[in-house]
Amino acid sequence: MDRFAWFKWQALFRDWELFAEGLGRTLSTSLLALGLALALGTVLGMLGTSPWRAGRALNRGYVDLIQNTPLVTQVMFLFYALAHWKLYLSAFAIGVIGLGVYHGAYIAEVVRAGIQSIHRGQLEAAFSQGFTYVQAMRYIILPQAAQVVLPPLTNQAVSLIKNSAILAMISGWDLMHTGDSWAANTGYYGPAYAVVWAIYFALCFPLARWARRLEERVARARGGEVKAA
Amino acid sequence: MSGSATELLQPHLLAFMGTGLLVTLRIAVLSILFSFALGTLIGIIRYSKIPGLSQLAGFYVEALRNSPLLLLILAARFVIGGMKPVNCVILAMTLFTSAVLAEVVRGGLASVDRGQWEAALSQGFTYVQALRYVVLPQALRKMIPPMVSQFITVIKDTSYAWVVGVEELTGSGMIILGQYGSTAQFFAVFGFIALLYYVLCHLLSRLARWQERRLAWLSY
Repeated sequence: MDRFAWFKWQALFRDWELFAEGLGRTLSTSLLALGLALALGTVLGMLGTSPWRAGRALNRGYVDLIQNTPLVTQVMFLFYALAHWKLYLSAFAIGVIGLGVYHGAYIAEVVRAGIQSIHRGQLEAAFSQGFTYVQAMRYIILPQAAQVVLPPLTNQAVSLIKNSAILAMISGWDLMHTGDSWAANTGYYGPAYAVVWAIYFALCFPLARWARRLEERVARARGGEVKAA
Repeated sequence: MSGSATELLQPHLLAFMGTGLLVTLRIAVLSILFSFALGTLIGIIRYSKIPGLSQLAGFYVEALRNSPLLLLILAARFVIGGMKPVNCVILAMTLFTSAVLAEVVRGGLASVDRGQWEAALSQGFTYVQALRYVVLPQALRKMIPPMVSQFITVIKDTSYAWVVGVEELTGSGMIILGQYGSTAQFFAVFGFIALLYYVLCHLLSRLARWQERRLAWLSY
């Protein structure tokens, strides 16, 4: 039997609204999770380069634990732990928290590396002018680091969108879950997965390309700097 | 439900988790081996700019790495099918990871100065010999750290296998929690699972950092 028969595609296009809703859920989850990840990552990344020992320890512990255990395990933990304490959050909220915390650890590393890529003399110059650590970060270091961290941050956004498919494992009615349950109901797996794939591709491919273009630009700019030094 | 964590220290439960760990390792090791071979080949094809073939390899890479792994696993299981679920997972992970590794290989090769090619070819090396003896060894230095970090991702991503009913490490834990679900047991099971992943990933990331330092020293 033809896995990609025309009538199966017709059935799918009749139900296009379901897929559009799933896409909406994927987008809103990804955006909120990215916001959370950026907030967590910036604070914890800054702590990683801070003069405070406790801050650095917190950064190491967070990054180490989160990066070395699977997202699936973390999300399952959240899902069951919250239910255990009778805290009934929606799958959507659990997805946002899980993805935000997971990618926050990667963004913390990106931010830390970005800050460390800025010459130490900049920080000393700021201190000599009477800036506090937080002021020096805010006005001198972070604006310069922003250019360096933009490409890896964009890559994190791409990988967050892909990872948001995890919602399918906790019935979050995102694009992956919608496509999968439509396929399970109708038996038309071929077209369902093909359309879901095409939508993820349309979201991720342009972003990934843009990240690569930015990367090349930063490499050129910084290559010049190194030679001049 | 009530029950202490020590209730979990029964031989059959530990054996069950052990079997799950072995399934995780089996998926990870086979996916890494297959995707390393396939990824290297496709990366070289991408790099060598063979008309037609290179574009095809480019399409392969972009199509696979811009898709969620979960989707590829489900597609391998329900669209391709005809295999044991665990083999579907290995197939999907091999395809996905080979696409990522191909880009690493291509980037590594591109980082080697063109002059190295010219020097090798001028000494009478054939294209394959120059690649094998001059360019690849130098590219390898750049390739090892991102490759190892992708291998760590493979270990973590084996946990997606549960979605098609493969009882790997995370899945085994979930099954045990279906029967032994007190608060203490809940934390014991998740703590144990997390620890095992942590140890596996940490061993690999240690290796990556050690290689990075060794290679940074070698390249200057």
